[in-house]
Amino acid sequence: MKRKLLLLIPLLVFVVLAGFFVVGLDRNPREIPSPLIGKPVPKFSLPTLSDENKIITEKDFAGQVWLLNVWASWCVSCRTEHPVLVENAELIGVPIIGLNYKDKRSDGVAWLARYGDPYSFSIVDADGRFGIDLGVYGVPETFLMDKQGVVRYKHTGPITIESLRAVIIPKIKELKEQ
Amino acid sequence: MIPEIGQFALILALVLVLVQGTLPLAGAARGIPAWMSLARRTAQSSFLFLALAFGCLLYSFIINDFSVLNVATNSNTHLPLHYRIAASWGSHEGSIMMWVLMLGMWSCAVSIFSRHLPEEVVARVLGVMGLVTTGLLLFMLLTSNPFERLFPVPLEGRDLNPLLQDPGMALHPPTLYMGYVGFSVAFAFAVAALLGGRLDATWARWSRPWTTLAWCFLTVGIMIGSWWAYYELGWGGWWFWDPVENASLLPWLIGTALIHSLAVTEKRGTFKIWTVLLAICAFSLSLLGTFLVRSGVLTSVHAFATDPRRGMFILVFLALVIGGSLVLFAFRAPRVGTAGTFKIVSRESSLLGNNILLTVACGTVLLGTLYPLFLDALNLGKISVGPPYFEAVFVPIMAVLVALMGIGPMARWKESSPRELRHKLRWPLLITIVCALALPLVLGRTEWKSVALLALGFGMAFWIITTLVAVVLERLHHLQGGFTDKLRRQPRSFWGMILAHLGVAVFIIGVTVVKGFEAERDVRMAPGDTVSVGGYTFKFVGIAETQEGPNYSASRGTFDLIKDDKLVRNLYPEKRIYFSHGMPMTEAAIDSGFLGDRYVSLGEEINDGKGSWSVRVYHKPFVTWIWLGCMLMTLGGIFALLDRRYRINMRKEAKLPLTGENDLSGSAR
Repeated sequence: MKRKLLLLIPLLVFVVLAGFFVVGLDRNPREIPSPLIGKPVPKFSLPTLSDENKIITEKDFAGQVWLLNVWASWCVSCRTEHPVLVENAELIGVPIIGLNYKDKRSDGVAWLARYGDPYSFSIVDADGRFGIDLGVYGVPETFLMDKQGVVRYKHTGPITIESLRAVIIPKIKELKEQ
Repeated sequence: MIPEIGQFALILALVLVLVQGTLPLAGAARGIPAWMSLARRTAQSSFLFLALAFGCLLYSFIINDFSVLNVATNSNTHLPLHYRIAASWGSHEGSIMMWVLMLGMWSCAVSIFSRHLPEEVVARVLGVMGLVTTGLLLFMLLTSNPFERLFPVPLEGRDLNPLLQDPGMALHPPTLYMGYVGFSVAFAFAVAALLGGRLDATWARWSRPWTTLAWCFLTVGIMIGSWWAYYELGWGGWWFWDPVENASLLPWLIGTALIHSLAVTEKRGTFKIWTVLLAICAFSLSLLGTFLVRSGVLTSVHAFATDPRRGMFILVFLALVIGGSLVLFAFRAPRVGTAGTFKIVSRESSLLGNNILLTVACGTVLLGTLYPLFLDALNLGKISVGPPYFEAVFVPIMAVLVALMGIGPMARWKESSPRELRHKLRWPLLITIVCALALPLVLGRTEWKSVALLALGFGMAFWIITTLVAVVLERLHHLQGGFTDKLRRQPRSFWGMILAHLGVAVFIIGVTVVKGFEAERDVRMAPGDTVSVGGYTFKFVGIAETQEGPNYSASRGTFDLIKDDKLVRNLYPEKRIYFSHGMPMTEAAIDSGFLGDRYVSLGEEINDGKGSWSVRVYHKPFVTWIWLGCMLMTLGGIFALLDRRYRINMRKEAKLPLTGENDLSGSAR
């Protein structure tokens, strides 16, 4: 009997391991809480994608909740994310600002023309300077700002319909009511 | 068209392996010869279809068919042909394709080289392999289809990750996978034995060469990976204890234990349950490694995290394969039974020690690798476990293992007299102690801590070498005839053991000297500046912008390597910018030699108007011995494979009586 129990040990070890893997699958090991959360969005002054001469700064969003979505025409994961934003722009209900990151202006414009434009407008960060301030390490990434311009949430990787419904929209509602 | 043929070939292969995984197993259980005989044919034909599918993928990459998503994301019109070929296994989908192809190759090999095996055993072994292949093919077709199309077709592909555009990285995955997947044969033999209830010395003899071959591939695969990290990452390190590396080390450790345990099972008929468990674990850890690397549980990459289905699928597959085999083990192993007894001082007990230590080492590495995951899952925060942990636990275990390594080959089977053993070991021990203590002092070290570490390292290496010499001398002592003639009469498996163990010693010397005597300088250099390290002087001549590569431009530095005021050679480290990714890559320049390397890599350009760069130079004495040691270990494995008794087995259908002569080590009587 004792011997039989001993032979079960490898199985038990594996079951415990598998349990941890199930939990681990849902987590992102690189999802380190952004140091920006709870801090004002970094200062910027960038032209829009449609009009090179129109300059947007963070002050333009005072008093409203807004979403900043980092995208690029060269980013393959953005293609999976984009339809989710296009279809749910109304449901999101706050301005979505695109940050066209390290991209060619013409490529960016063509990309939006082809796949649709969910953004109020996009601003251009051609050399990636603002991306450094934001701590962007992969595209797409999305930041949620409250009425005071403070970063409240960061989503790394493509937004899915699930993450939109479960996390982002409830957070937006909460911030709007404040 | 071609991608669709590939896709179709995969589906046909799936149907075939489904048959391979069911009917022969059922046939073996019910004793229906016609069903059993399907095993060989399905294994061979499914391999043909897998090869066809792989050929189609290769073709798509060679002609840069960007309508295939996999090609569009991993190739580029500027990518040279050899890297387009390597790109076919550089992506996630491609590497799974490679995995399955190799599994098919091993199944096919088993079906060809198993003529002397009973039909029932072949049916079970190939059946189990068929089931594993079925799971992986389903995974590929459902979640990671390498032939998925992309519309509209892009004009240009995204290019292969520049880190992978390197000969080492092109070879690393195939060899590593050959090793990983090769353990599936030992696994299938073990499961077949549990199913059939027949587990004896003959069983061990059948699965031994397969295990050794897989182990050889794994050793080479890990070696290439480490070598690649050394010259490509520009940090001069050769092992980083990161999760991906650990994932390959885990099956290697258990595989090493398995090789030794199989020897005992074949020779003495003991350790059976233990051997079966190790065989299951070796392959389970290979699968686990693939899961860890591919699912993003430990190292998430955006592209992958988008599809959690993949991780879930592999996890379910793992649960079925590993869980299933362990359930079978728990319930069937008692029937296998134990046999044979041995005394505390015997070769069995030293090999048991080897097994336990390697398993413990594997457990600690696994724990360290998964620790961040455990803590995160328990909401205890995010941490990472670094080299200090691994070095602190791994080195002491290895030190004990090495101590046993000296005793094991000397000890007799069953029972060894402690007095005789002491007598045989006194000279090796004396020489080891004297050399280990004297060498650090001769080499000019006085600080006690560094002396102690060097003495430990040298002691381990000398202990292995001196005991090996003693073993060889003892063997020859009993024989008649001339010296070379006596050497020649030793079986190849004996030389295999000697070479592999010698490889461990050479490896340890490499690690010890590099750790103890490496020197590095991190300096800012303007053209004309010099920096000295380890008796060599590096003179920075200048830097030139060139466009050498087909898909990158490079800043190429020129350095004079000077020793004793004489120019040894020029070194040309590069900083490359790949067009497609805009990613800077460091190409170190290395003057490599038997006694060590001189290594220089470019950091960043410093804007001071003088054309200065930050430069890293290293002197890495004996670093080459690390890889030399791995090669010797592999060579040892190959020698063991070439042993006469396997060839006799091949030729004669008859089951030979167990001779017990030519084994791992030796003086069995």
